[in-house]
Amino acid sequence: MNRGQSTNAIIRPGPAVLQAERAIQARDIAKTYTGNVRALQGLSFTVKAGTIFGLLGPNGAGKSTTVKILTTLSRPDAGEAWVLGFDVIRQPEQVRRVIGYVSQKTAVDLEATGRENLVLQGHLYGMAGNELRRRASELLDRFGLADASDRIAQTYSGGMLRKLDVAMGLVHRPQVLFLDEPTAGLDPEARAEMWREISHWSREDGLTILLTTHYLDEADHLADRVAIIDAGAIVAEGTPEELKSELRGDAIQVELNDLQPKETVLAALYQLGDGLREVTLDRRTLRARVDSGAHAIPAVLAVLETAGITALAATVARPSLDDVYLRHVGRAFNDADKGEAR
Amino acid sequence: MSSTVLHPTYIATRYVRALLRQPYYVAVTLVQPVIWLLLFGQLFKNVTQLPGFGADGYITFLTPGVMVMTALYSSGWSGMGYIIDMDRGVMDRFLVAPVRRNSLLAGQLVYQVLLTLVQSLIIIGLSLLVGARFDGPVLGMIAFFTATVLLGIAMASFSNLIALQLRKQETVIAVVNLLVLPLSFLSSAFMPAALAPNWIRAVAGFNPVNWAVEVGHQALAADTDWRFVLYHLGYLLVLAIISAGLATRAFRSYQRSV
Repeated sequence: MNRGQSTNAIIRPGPAVLQAERAIQARDIAKTYTGNVRALQGLSFTVKAGTIFGLLGPNGAGKSTTVKILTTLSRPDAGEAWVLGFDVIRQPEQVRRVIGYVSQKTAVDLEATGRENLVLQGHLYGMAGNELRRRASELLDRFGLADASDRIAQTYSGGMLRKLDVAMGLVHRPQVLFLDEPTAGLDPEARAEMWREISHWSREDGLTILLTTHYLDEADHLADRVAIIDAGAIVAEGTPEELKSELRGDAIQVELNDLQPKETVLAALYQLGDGLREVTLDRRTLRARVDSGAHAIPAVLAVLETAGITALAATVARPSLDDVYLRHVGRAFNDADKGEAR
Repeated sequence: MSSTVLHPTYIATRYVRALLRQPYYVAVTLVQPVIWLLLFGQLFKNVTQLPGFGADGYITFLTPGVMVMTALYSSGWSGMGYIIDMDRGVMDRFLVAPVRRNSLLAGQLVYQVLLTLVQSLIIIGLSLLVGARFDGPVLGMIAFFTATVLLGIAMASFSNLIALQLRKQETVIAVVNLLVLPLSFLSSAFMPAALAPNWIRAVAGFNPVNWAVEVGHQALAADTDWRFVLYHLGYLLVLAIISAGLATRAFRSYQRSV
């Protein structure tokens, strides 16, 4: 572990990380909880050193379970995984030294001050003395907590607690950082700020980051590569651009005036032929993929009108990760999100 | 210094600091023993006149029992802290750090020991104020404190074990209440063994609470049976080690379920 004097960079990776092509590697990891809850069914992926990898999926898809296995907190029933070449099952001690973990919950001791939380965390990683004191102050400054540093964490706002939480994950200068839903529950401003920080650690400091999120825009914005995970399995993987370009053409979306039987709508659209692909009707929202949205919309509105179906609004969108998700999982993201959290 | 010493120290410091921020907690834990001492001390004042009682005064007789019960209760709540840490995710954060599981447990036990010692000293002081007399040697006092601490470690570990396995505050509360009072009444905390029915005497022989209380009665009096004291300190030590070992193992079952 690098414990040298810090430069401007908040995290300086050791030489090992620069050499290791694969910072994280998971091979067929599976996990079933007691009561036959199948959390993961054979997940495989690789994260290159110095990049941000996004695990995207609804609550209950198995994202947190994956992170818990990679951080040695939980053991897989089957499969293998390595972090910087260390086996998470056989060499947990070595893995723990090189990783930072920020869980979904804000894991702060509320009866201690911000500084005490950071210092205890550093102590557990073998840091001490002036070096640790400087490191704690540096992080408190960096996260805008300097004024509150000697106050009990109980008095912190939700946003401040989250920042302290992330700072605690960075005290020991990890080489690989696991962020489980880093911006869940943050207001838009705090969220944008967190995004800037995360990008910075990766681009400037060379930190490898695995983050889970159920926000599509977050994965799109931050991740170099994304894996979409549903019901414990990866359904698509690639750079956000690759995933989006897999989808030919534009997405159109039409809001209908009232609920219509699926058959009626599909029958009306039938006359447009193969021009419309991947047609779905989700309550009053009709979605389809077309080569050119500008041409398709008038035609679609016309056939609906003829069939006596009134449209309230129509939009055309370039493919988004939402569309990718929709295509692979077969239901809109927000609906899948109602699943049980794990 | 190695992490085997440093890690428990850091963990213990965390708890001690939290305690110092709410000193009234110590005061609250002492309300019950004070009531025991003053109320029972008055109520049963005359039982010492029963033939076969053989102690100077009832407060003198009652003090070891009250000390042991206080240690049992405050050690019994130990698992509550674990549950709060588990719910908040603090436990996961510790388990992801390069820290041994027994260091986590040891740190918390160090804190419980300090708390037990402080409470015990206050209770001894109070008893002396209301007229108790301890004629035994200083070594006897040390032996009894050791017995109380060992029993406290066993109880705290057991409480942590319950917390790690069942993870509900209500369960910890129920288990503590279910254990402390019956085990105390099945000991010579309130009444000398000589005056208790035969079956209670038989059960008490296997009751760790009774071991600690009896060590107290022996060690605080003038004519101490040192062989008896050493044997029972030995039993308590074995119990504390087994209990702490089981609690450390319980981290594994906790980790299987996360």
